[in-house]
Amino acid sequence: MLSFLIRRVFYALIMLVVVSFVSFIIISLPPGDYMTQRIRELESMGDKSAETRLEQYRIRYGLEKPFLTQYWLWISNFVQGDFGLSFEYEQPVATLLKQRLPLSVTLAVTTTVFTWAMAIPIGVFSAVKQYSLGDQIFTTLSFIGVGIPSFLMALVVLYIAIVKLDQDVIGLFSRNFQDAPWSLAKVWDLLKHMWVPALIGAITGTSGTIRIMRGNLLDTLGQPFIEAARARGLKNRTVIWRHAVRMAINPLIVILGTETFPAILAGNILVEVVLSLPTMGPLYIRALLTQDMFTAGTVLVLITLMVMIGALVADLALAWVDPRIRLD
Amino acid sequence: MSEENRQPLVKVQDLHVEFDVRDGIVHAVDGASFTIYRGQTLGIIGESGCGKSITAKAIMKMVPKPGIMRGEITFFEKTSQNDGEATEEVRIDRLHPDSQRIRKIRGGNIGMIFQEPMSSLTPVFSAGFHIIEAAKLHRFVPVNTIGDTMTRNIKDKRGVTDDEAREIAVDMLRRVGLPNPESRVDSFPHQLSGGQRQRVMIAIALSAHPDLLIADEPTTALDVSIEAQILDLMRELQDTADMAIMFITHNLGVIAEIADEIVVMYMGKEVERANTIDLFENPQHPYTKSLLGSIPQIGEKRSELETIEGMVPSPFDLPQGCVFHPRCSEYMPGKCDKVYPEYDEVIEGHWVRCLLYDGCRPDTQEAQVIKESV
Ligand SMILES: Nc1ncnc2c1ncn2[C@@H]1O[C@H](COP(=O)(O)OP(=O)(O)OP(=O)(O)O)[C@@H](O)[C@H]1O
Ligand code: SF4
Ligand SMILES: [Mg+2]
Repeated sequence: MLSFLIRRVFYALIMLVVVSFVSFIIISLPPGDYMTQRIRELESMGDKSAETRLEQYRIRYGLEKPFLTQYWLWISNFVQGDFGLSFEYEQPVATLLKQRLPLSVTLAVTTTVFTWAMAIPIGVFSAVKQYSLGDQIFTTLSFIGVGIPSFLMALVVLYIAIVKLDQDVIGLFSRNFQDAPWSLAKVWDLLKHMWVPALIGAITGTSGTIRIMRGNLLDTLGQPFIEAARARGLKNRTVIWRHAVRMAINPLIVILGTETFPAILAGNILVEVVLSLPTMGPLYIRALLTQDMFTAGTVLVLITLMVMIGALVADLALAWVDPRIRLD
Repeated sequence: MSEENRQPLVKVQDLHVEFDVRDGIVHAVDGASFTIYRGQTLGIIGESGCGKSITAKAIMKMVPKPGIMRGEITFFEKTSQNDGEATEEVRIDRLHPDSQRIRKIRGGNIGMIFQEPMSSLTPVFSAGFHIIEAAKLHRFVPVNTIGDTMTRNIKDKRGVTDDEAREIAVDMLRRVGLPNPESRVDSFPHQLSGGQRQRVMIAIALSAHPDLLIADEPTTALDVSIEAQILDLMRELQDTADMAIMFITHNLGVIAEIADEIVVMYMGKEVERANTIDLFENPQHPYTKSLLGSIPQIGEKRSELETIEGMVPSPFDLPQGCVFHPRCSEYMPGKCDKVYPEYDEVIEGHWVRCLLYDGCRPDTQEAQVIKESV
C-alpha cells in the first residue's frame, strides 16, 4: 500500500515535469510573443507607459533569455507557488486562480452531486424495469441527452431564460454582486445563477451515467450470485441494492475519479464560455488564444495534476470498496 | 423407509414453464409431475436443456424472466402446535415471487446450491457475510421466560444477534470442512478455491436447517477429486440433518452414488422414475436404456461409446406423439408419432412414459407381442 502510493506519486511527478515542459514548448512555439503584440496594442490605444511597464515584466520573467532558462525560471517559481504573471490581466496567475478556482470547484461539485443523484436511481430503475414504459422513456431521453452538444443546450437555456422568462442567467453573479464582498445575499445570488450550468452539466453527465449504470446493473443482475442471493430468501429490494448495485457501481467510481477531478479545471468549457462564467474554463481558452503563456501553462499543468489525483483517488476508492483489487 | 408411510415434502403436478422468446415459445418444462418425500435423495437426470434447472427454480418460485409457469407445486410444511405436529400445505405456485411467505420458504425450508460455485458468492462480501445474511433471515432461538416449562411448544422465538450469527457462520464452515473456519469466515470469495466456495454455498444453504436441499449440478464445475469430497460431505450432512435432497445432474456415475430414487427427464417432462437400483438394473424406457448404454463399463471392450442417436429436437418445434420418437431405437411407426404416451406405473414403484407399456406390464405377453411386432 505504502509502496504503491510512493510509486504513484513518483510517476505523477515525472509526468508533471514532462507535461509542463511539453506545454511550455507548445506555448512558446508561435512566432513573436505576447509582449510585443500587447505593447503595440496598448500604444495604439494611447497608453504611453505600456512599453516601459511591460518591458519590466519581460526582464523579470526572462523572456529574452534562452528557452531552457525561461522554462527553468518558470518551473522553479511554480513549485514555490509563484505561477508567473498573466500579461493579459496584468495580475499574478495565482491571483486569478484564487478568484476563479473556488467557483469552478463549487460548480464541479454541484454538477457531480446533481448528476449522481439523478443518474443512479434512474439507471437502477431502468435496469430493474427493463423494457418497461419508464425505461423506454428514460432511455430515449438519455440518448437525446448524450446526443445534444452541451453548448447547444446552454444556448437554448440562455434563449429561454433571457427571452422568454426574462431571467438574468449569464455569469455566476448579478452585476451588483460582482465585486461585492461575500454575504448571504451574494451566496443566494450565486445559487440563482449556478443552477443553469450545473443542470446543463448534469443533463449531459446524467445521460451517459444512466447508460453505464443501466448496462452494468443488467450485467450484474444476470450473474449467478444474484440468483443465489434471492435463493437465500432476501427481499428483492435487498438483492438489488445490497448485492447488485453494490457490484455495478464500481466502474462508476473510476469514472467519478478520472472525470470529475479534471472537470474542475476543464469541464464543460464551451458551456462556461457560452454562459461567460468567471470560472477556469474561459480563462484557459482565452489564455491559449492570446498566448498568455504563464496562465495557459499553469492551467495545463494543474489539469494534468488533477487527472493524476483523480486516477489515484479512483484507484484508492476502488480498492476500498472492492476486496478483489489489491494495491501493490 | 417403506413406500407407504413416506411423507411427501414437495409435490409437483403437471408443471409447465414456457419462455416466449423471439423465435417462438420454448417449452422448458412440459408437464412434469413428481413428488419429493421427506428425508429422501431424489436424483433428477437428463440431458442438458431438458428443463432440470428450471424445474428446480420453479419449486423456489424463481422462474427467470420471461418465463411463465403453470401447474401445481405444493410444499408440505411441518408446523409445531400445542398438541404436537401438523402439516400445512403451501401452494408455492400461487405465492407472489417476492412475498414474505415464499421468502421464508426460500433459504429457510428449501435451500439451494448451484451449478457455478465460482460465481455464486457476491465478490465484495466475505464468506461469513453470506452465511450471516442467511442466518439472520432464517435462524431463530427460543426466548426463555421464567415458568414456561409446561408450555414448551409455544415458546416465543427471536432472530439471532450479530454475534450469534457469526458463531453460526463459523460453526457451519467447520461442519462443511473448511480448514481454519475462524479465519476463513472473513475470506473473500476470490481467496477461496472452487471446491471451497461450493462448501461455503452448502454452509449457507444448510445454515437454516432446511427440509429440502436442491443441489443443481453442484459438482459439474469441479474436478473429480473435489467432486467426490463434496458428494461425501453432502451424504454425511444429510445423515445428521434429516433433510431431503433433490440432486440434479447429467452425470450417471454421480447419481448412482447419491440418489435413493431417480427421475429421468427428457424434453421438459419425466419419462421414468424408479429407485436407483431398479433403474440401473432394469431400465424400461428406451431413453433411459440408451443413456445407460452410453456409459462405458470397466472390462467391457467397445470400440466407441454408444451415443444416443440424433439430436435433441428443437424446443420450438416438439415432435408429435412421443417426443422421443425421432431418436428412439424401438420406435413404432404409426403409433409413437401419433399417440401421446401417458405416465404409468408399469412395475411396483417403477413409472414409465412409453407406448411399449401401453396399459400393460412389460413382463406380460401383450408387451412381448408389441415388442416383436416392431
Ligand atoms: N431465461 C430464459 N429465457 C429463455 N429460455 C430459457 C431461459 N432459461 C432457460 N431457458 C430454456 O429452458 C430450457 C431448459 O433450461 P434448463 O436450464 O432447465 O436446462 P437444464 O436441464 O438445467 O440443462 P443443463 O444441464 O445444461 O443445466 C432450455 O432449452 C433453455 O434454453
Ligand atoms: S413411446 Fe415409442 S418412441 Fe416413445 S419411447 Fe416408447 S417406444 Fe420409443
Ligand atoms: Mg441446469
